[in-house]
Amino acid sequence: MPGLRRPFTRDQRTTVIYGMLSFVLILVILQLWLLTATMNAYLGGDDSVIWPAAGASLACLLLNLGLLVYLRRLDHVPR
Amino acid sequence: MREPHRDPRARLDVQIDSPGREGLAGTAPAELYARRADTDQMSIAPDFRPADVQPAWRQDFPIDWPQDRYVERRDFMKFLVLMSGAFTGGQFWIAGQNWWRSHRGLDPVRRVASIDAIAVGQTVDFRYPGQHDPCVLVRLSDSEFVAYSQKCTHLSCAVIPRPEQGVLHCPCHDGYFDLRSGRPTAGPPRRPLARIVLEFRGREIFATGVEWRTT
Repeated sequence: MPGLRRPFTRDQRTTVIYGMLSFVLILVILQLWLLTATMNAYLGGDDSVIWPAAGASLACLLLNLGLLVYLRRLDHVPR
Repeated sequence: MREPHRDPRARLDVQIDSPGREGLAGTAPAELYARRADTDQMSIAPDFRPADVQPAWRQDFPIDWPQDRYVERRDFMKFLVLMSGAFTGGQFWIAGQNWWRSHRGLDPVRRVASIDAIAVGQTVDFRYPGQHDPCVLVRLSDSEFVAYSQKCTHLSCAVIPRPEQGVLHCPCHDGYFDLRSGRPTAGPPRRPLARIVLEFRGREIFATGVEWRTT
């Protein structure tokens, strides 16, 4: 029942954003590390890590996209 | 005497047992439920003072700092998700490159030099496996030959063999590789040089493959 939904105040939304931002930042740093490690392995001829790393990076992206969808919902809650 | 300035958003008395609000039902002040300005829409100066005591420039061009902070964090998060997409794209680009590398077939067999034409300590430049892949062959002793890709594993500058010192030197960033193993010994390179697999047929030396290494 959307009528009973209690929208967040701006301060609450800012706090939520900080939490999501921290999570996204950690994931992006993890992805950066994955990319450099995979590139190093690829240039060294080791192709065993390429697909697992690509899968892990894709999982991080999907998590980030999920949070982005939540962010859009957060911005468009009727008040 | 002026009252101490308070955050104008802090108008709601949340304490249930404050004077006039004792009990859980029927004692809350009526104005608690009165319609008031939406706190999300209030423009608040950084010093929390009311708008009418702010300098004229701020009254003319008020900045809603909490909204500003909210928007910049939100946009930063969107940018990070964009970066996340770029990194994932990079991962799949590497996977595509690897697929192409593994499907291009075996390396060619190419004659490099004749054993008799190279003295101990002498080097021969050649291209392998493609015409844009410079390599170097070094004769270490009567029976020892090594060949490496000349691309430095740091930033692909051409390494220069120095057999008398037992090293290959990259002049761009002063990187050094051991001549016998091709492993980095100093400077920024972290991976060994790609080793060219050699095969001896009679008195001729052939390159038959490239051995990429991480350690």
